[in-house]
Amino acid sequence: MADEGGSAFDAVEQGPGASQDDAGTPRGGDGDPSSHPSVTALQSRFGATILHHEVQAGDQHVVFVDPARNREVLEWLKDDPEQRYDLLADVTAVDYGGGKPIQIVYQLWSVGHKRALRVKCELPLDDLTIHSVVELWKTANWLEREVYDLFGVDFGGHPDLRRILMPQNYAEGHPLRKDFPLRGRFSRAEQTRRALSQDYRDDYTTELLEVGGAPGLAPPEPDDLTEEAEDTP
Amino acid sequence: MTERILEFPEPALGSEPMLLNLGPQHPATHGVLRLICELDGETVLKVTPDIGFLHSSFEKLGEYRTWNQIVPLTDRMDYLAPLMYNCVYVMTVEKLMGLEVTERCKVVRVLCMEMDRIFSHLLWLGTTAIDVGAFTPFLYAFQERERIYDLHESYTGARITTSATRIGGMMADFPDGWTDSLRDFMKTLPKTLDEIESLLTTNAIHLGRTLDIGVISGEDALNCGFTGPNLRASGVDYDLRKDNPYYDYETYDFDVPIGENGDCYDRYLVRMEEMRQSLRILEQALDRLPDGPINVADPRVSLPSKTDCMNDMESMIHHFKLITEGIMVPAGDCYFAIEGSKGELGMYVVSDGGDKPVRWRIRPPSFVNLSVIAKLAEGHLVSDLIMINASLDIVLGEIDR
Repeated sequence: MADEGGSAFDAVEQGPGASQDDAGTPRGGDGDPSSHPSVTALQSRFGATILHHEVQAGDQHVVFVDPARNREVLEWLKDDPEQRYDLLADVTAVDYGGGKPIQIVYQLWSVGHKRALRVKCELPLDDLTIHSVVELWKTANWLEREVYDLFGVDFGGHPDLRRILMPQNYAEGHPLRKDFPLRGRFSRAEQTRRALSQDYRDDYTTELLEVGGAPGLAPPEPDDLTEEAEDTP
Repeated sequence: MTERILEFPEPALGSEPMLLNLGPQHPATHGVLRLICELDGETVLKVTPDIGFLHSSFEKLGEYRTWNQIVPLTDRMDYLAPLMYNCVYVMTVEKLMGLEVTERCKVVRVLCMEMDRIFSHLLWLGTTAIDVGAFTPFLYAFQERERIYDLHESYTGARITTSATRIGGMMADFPDGWTDSLRDFMKTLPKTLDEIESLLTTNAIHLGRTLDIGVISGEDALNCGFTGPNLRASGVDYDLRKDNPYYDYETYDFDVPIGENGDCYDRYLVRMEEMRQSLRILEQALDRLPDGPINVADPRVSLPSKTDCMNDMESMIHHFKLITEGIMVPAGDCYFAIEGSKGELGMYVVSDGGDKPVRWRIRPPSFVNLSVIAKLAEGHLVSDLIMINASLDIVLGEIDR
C-alpha cells in the first residue's frame, strides 16, 4: 500500500498492493468435515489429494484440492450419484499478491441435493497451469477464458483459450493481478497510439478470416506486409 | 453491345460460407454486442460472440474502494434491475460479517428485489416483442416501466443508479406514501400484462417466430450453466428463492413457473408468469412490512446518532473512525447468490480483515447465458438468431462488467 505521506493516487500507479494479512493466505479455522457429506466422501475417496477443508462465512464449506488432480476430483463430484454437483455456478480466481499462490475457485451447486460446495486449487505463480473442466461443464468455457484473460492462468485442454473481455491484442498483461496498476502498464501516450493503430483483422480468429466470401478480410499478402513495415517509421 | 455481354457465361454461384457482422452497433443486439456469424445463405452455421466493448473493470475498481463505496458500482452493471445488484452485494458482505439485518430491512429489500424483477422483465418483454415486429407491447411495457422509474426516483433520488443499500441496512427508509404509490402500480400492472398477453401469447406471427426456436434440453441447459427463467423454461425446477431461501422467501406464497420445451416461446411464458408471481410476493411483503428501525444497531457498521456524537467523546471517535477508515470486514471469503431477474446472481468477496476487499467477484448470469447462444443458434436463420438473442435476456453492462 501507499507509504506514509504518500498520495492516495499512488495505488493507481502501482496496483492495489498485496493483501496485508501477514499470516499468508487467509484461512478460516478447520471445519468439521462431518457436517458436509461431500467433504467426508471426498476425504475418504481421495485421501491426500484433499489438502485442506475449512468452513467460511458460517456455513460455506471449502475444499482445497491438489491442482494436479482437479479434473479427476471435479468429475467425481459431478458424476457420483451421491454428489451430483450438476451446476458449475462459477469459476474464478483470487490473487492475494506478494508472491502468494493464485487460487482457482469453483462454486458448485447440486440441484437435486440442494447442496453447495466450494473447491479451490492453489497455483504457484511460476506454474499457472491447471486442467480445464470444459468437458465436464460447458459453462467453464467462457468462465475459464475470463480467468485466463484477467489472471493469466493457462487451462490445459481448453478448446478456445483466447482473451474475452480485453482486446485480443492487449499487451499490458492480466489486469486483475495485484501487481497490475489501475491505469495500466503503458503510458497514456502509448495506450493512445495502440488504440489508434488497431487492425480490424485482430478482431477475428484465424479460422474466421479463412471463411470465404468475406471481402477485405483476407490476410495481407507477404508483399503488403513488407510495404507496411517500410511505411511505418 | 448487349449481345457481347450476353456471350459471357453466367458465373457459377459461389457456395462458400459468408461472414456477417451483427453489431456492435445494432438495436437488435440489446447493447454493445458483436456477433460474428458464419452464414450459408440465410442459415447460421456458426456464431462467435465478441464481447468486452463495455468493459469497465468493476472488479478491479472494487479493490480500490472501501466496502460501502462499492455499492454505486453494482447498480451500473445491470441498469435494468439496479436494486437487485445493490441488495445482493451488501447481503454477501453481511453474510461474511455474520450480520443479521433488521426485519423491516429484510422486507424492504424483498420489495426492492421483486419490484426490479418486474422492472427487468418488462424491458425484456418490450424489446423482445419489438424484435419480432410487435411495436405496441413495447409501448405498453415501457409505460409501466416508467412508473417503476418514478418509484425508484422518489425512494432513492435516482432513476437508474439507485445505490440504495448500505452494509447493515438501507440508505434511507421509504418516504411517506411510497408504499401507496407501489400499490397503485400493482393495481394497474396485471391489466397491462393481460393486454400484452392478448397481443402476443396466441398471436400467429409471435408463435411462428418463437415456437421451437432455440431449443435446449434441461440437461444441456444445466450443463451450459443456464439459470433463472432460461433454465426453468427447459423444465428444470431450480429457483434459489425456493431451493436455497434467503430473507424468509420460504414463508411467501408464490409459484415457480416451469416450461417444457426450452424454446423461445417457453422462455416468454415463464417470464410473463414470473411477473405475476412477483406481484403476489410484493402484495404479501407490503402486508407484512413491519415497523421498526431499518438499519442494524451494530457498532461495526452503523454510525452513532448525531446527538450522541455531540455529547459523548466515545461516540464521536466511533463516528470519526467509521467515516475515515470505513467498515472492517473479518478475514475470509463468502459466495452468496440470489435469484436475479436473469438467473443466479452471485457475488463472491474475499477479505483479509481490512477496509477494502482483496477480491470482489460478480457471478454474472447474463455472461453465462450468452455463452450458450452459439449452441442455440446453430442451423437457424439469421432472423431467428435475433429472437434467440432477445429471448436470453442479456444486459451487456453486466456481461462486460
